[in-house]
Amino acid sequence: MENEKQEFTITVYTENQVGLLNRIAIIFSRRKINVESLNTSPSEVQGIHRFTIVVVESREVVLNIVRQIEKQVEVLKAYYNTNDEIVWQELALYKVLSDEITEKVKVERLLREFGARAVAIRKDFIVFETTGHREETNKLMEALAPFGLVEFVRSARVAIIKESAGFHEKLKDFEKSEPGIELVENEFLGQRGNVFTM
Amino acid sequence: METKQLTGSQAVLEACIAEGVDTIFGYPGGAIMPIYDALYDYADKLKHVLVRHEQGGIHAGQGYARTSGKVGVVFATSGPGATNLVTGLADAMIDSTPLVCITGQVFAHLLGTDAFQETDIINITMPVTKWNYQITDATEIPHILAKAFYLAKTGRPGPVLIDITKNAQFQSFDYQGYTVCNHVRSYRPKPIIRQEYIDEAVQLINEAKKPLVIFGQGVILGKAENEFKQFIEKSGMPAAWTILALSAMPTDHPQNVGMLGMHGNYGPNVLTNECDVLIAVGMRFDDRVTGRLDKYAKQAKIIHLDIDPSEIDKNLLAHVGVWGDCKETLPLLTMGIEQKDRSEWLQVFAGYAKEEYEQCIKDEMYPISEEMTMAEVIQAVNEITKGDAVMVTDVGQHQMVTCRYAKFNQTRSNVTSGGLGTMGFGLPAAIGAKFGAPERTVIAVIGDGGIQMTLQEFGTIMQTGVEVKVMILNNQFLGMVRQWQQLFMDKRYSFVDIESPDYVMLANSYKIAAAKVSKREDLVAAVTKMLDHKGSYVLEVMVGKENNVFPMVPQGCSVSEIRLK
Repeated sequence: MENEKQEFTITVYTENQVGLLNRIAIIFSRRKINVESLNTSPSEVQGIHRFTIVVVESREVVLNIVRQIEKQVEVLKAYYNTNDEIVWQELALYKVLSDEITEKVKVERLLREFGARAVAIRKDFIVFETTGHREETNKLMEALAPFGLVEFVRSARVAIIKESAGFHEKLKDFEKSEPGIELVENEFLGQRGNVFTM
Repeated sequence: METKQLTGSQAVLEACIAEGVDTIFGYPGGAIMPIYDALYDYADKLKHVLVRHEQGGIHAGQGYARTSGKVGVVFATSGPGATNLVTGLADAMIDSTPLVCITGQVFAHLLGTDAFQETDIINITMPVTKWNYQITDATEIPHILAKAFYLAKTGRPGPVLIDITKNAQFQSFDYQGYTVCNHVRSYRPKPIIRQEYIDEAVQLINEAKKPLVIFGQGVILGKAENEFKQFIEKSGMPAAWTILALSAMPTDHPQNVGMLGMHGNYGPNVLTNECDVLIAVGMRFDDRVTGRLDKYAKQAKIIHLDIDPSEIDKNLLAHVGVWGDCKETLPLLTMGIEQKDRSEWLQVFAGYAKEEYEQCIKDEMYPISEEMTMAEVIQAVNEITKGDAVMVTDVGQHQMVTCRYAKFNQTRSNVTSGGLGTMGFGLPAAIGAKFGAPERTVIAVIGDGGIQMTLQEFGTIMQTGVEVKVMILNNQFLGMVRQWQQLFMDKRYSFVDIESPDYVMLANSYKIAAAKVSKREDLVAAVTKMLDHKGSYVLEVMVGKENNVFPMVPQGCSVSEIRLK
């Protein structure tokens, strides 16, 4: 099993419940694992929340964490994926002084080049937005730094699993008292031969 | 449907009755007073045991759950009452004991204001509960308590804590009756059994020349003792147990090859590293069982049966993970496996058992020294009880010796703190164990360290009249730590020398009959007297100060490096 540390994106579907964030967070903190990025928001299904958590860990550790997460009473399902299995974006906001932008053409070119959009234009400052991978949003930040970048903020990662067919059908299954096999089991089981290499 | 007005407090008690609760262990206080006020009117239906400390209450709840197989129920107030439950929750969590703990909480409008006796018990107990929830509105009480009982007892059992603000306890609402919970959409109590893994497991077992079964508390929690017996007997395989599985299989069963782990038996430890197929049933490969993991059963194919999917591959990668309730998976395996005679392989275990007896057990059971050993005390108990008593232990040397030497005929007879190793567990757990199994003799075996951690519960014994036989094995040391200091730290006995009060006088002051025995010739008579006595009894037995528990797998060593001396 490839056991080097790499970026994993953990996607968790949960009930919308006070305190659940903490229940999930302590699974990481108990093992002294740092969470690189955490996003939580309502999912496409009403009443179901979706966590997107990024960690840099080995597959073995991530597998155990995911099972511990899935064990929590209010968690419906947890998945983990490597970067090649997902499409992901982060959103970044950049606040720049208006004088700098209007006076220096170079900045304007930069912004075009990076596909930034202006989301607020004021006399004194302008706020731009880009979305992309960490490296992309970083690049613009670095490029803007010499021109008086006043403030910069980046969101957590949000990710879509390429293979996923969404959660609507799954939820119907969960509501049955005898749900289908896929819900109750982890895909890992079916690949035992590939995984067990000792 | 006709509704009636109930207060939140009454709804809590109605829920307890509907769930078949007969005994509650608890301690009142400001924030839970409305529930206690309601309890005053329910005294004919619900027995409340007033403990002397909330930790005693929760350990009693655990003891009750272990012997009865039911959910233990504990009441405590907010603040210190609630925080005093934490050790018991952690213990119940790691040992999968079903509990519903109800704590009072300050009024909802005071939450977060540092009100008197306010503590954030939900967040404090999050890592040590299977589920917890704070109720601020009485209308939530019926369905939340139904969910609490359902979650506590189904799947892999565990403790649930429900925190109820005082306003919700007072609040009147239209009570619609109580509906038992049997489904929570985000919760899967047991995985679906997959035939292909059953088939793979059956094939491995049938092809095995030297299979070894190791079983844990899952067999007891799953009420699968009979299914397990049939599985073992048809397959002819040797079976070794973890301490929490003790008593699930009678001690004298010919295929019972003994205890696993650090102070377990010689054969099962050594042969774990010689078997060709290792079948783990409802156990979790704790480090005290496996010793050094990278030298554990490397040669064997591992079959792991567990109801909790997160246990499979957690510590040890399994070749075949049989997910499911062992009450259902074991019969499927039994159906598939061939009837086999494996007496030759069992003889190998017998050989190791003989060697262990000669080198280790004989001197413990029939010591030549003047000082008494813990093993001969347990042996004296065996002779009288014939293995019919419930044995409750605390944590330490006496615990290991009792688990090694006590005899058991029936299941749910061994109550001990396994995973957490909670000193102070024994006395309150024994009280709860007796309430959970009133028809049985309950013997608590406790060291002189552990007894002093929770001896206030003598007060509970006094007031309730519950009949518990307490044996204090006094070696005047914190024996297990002393043993490690002797073996691994050059006999630097750092703060393990512990004085005891006069236990006889102490017990008597609680109106409990008591005696002390220091000489071997008085032992059997003293134990007989204790067991014949009507009512509780405290027997202090003076044992050798510097006796050690052997065999032992030293920490960081492989199970096959087990030492007999």
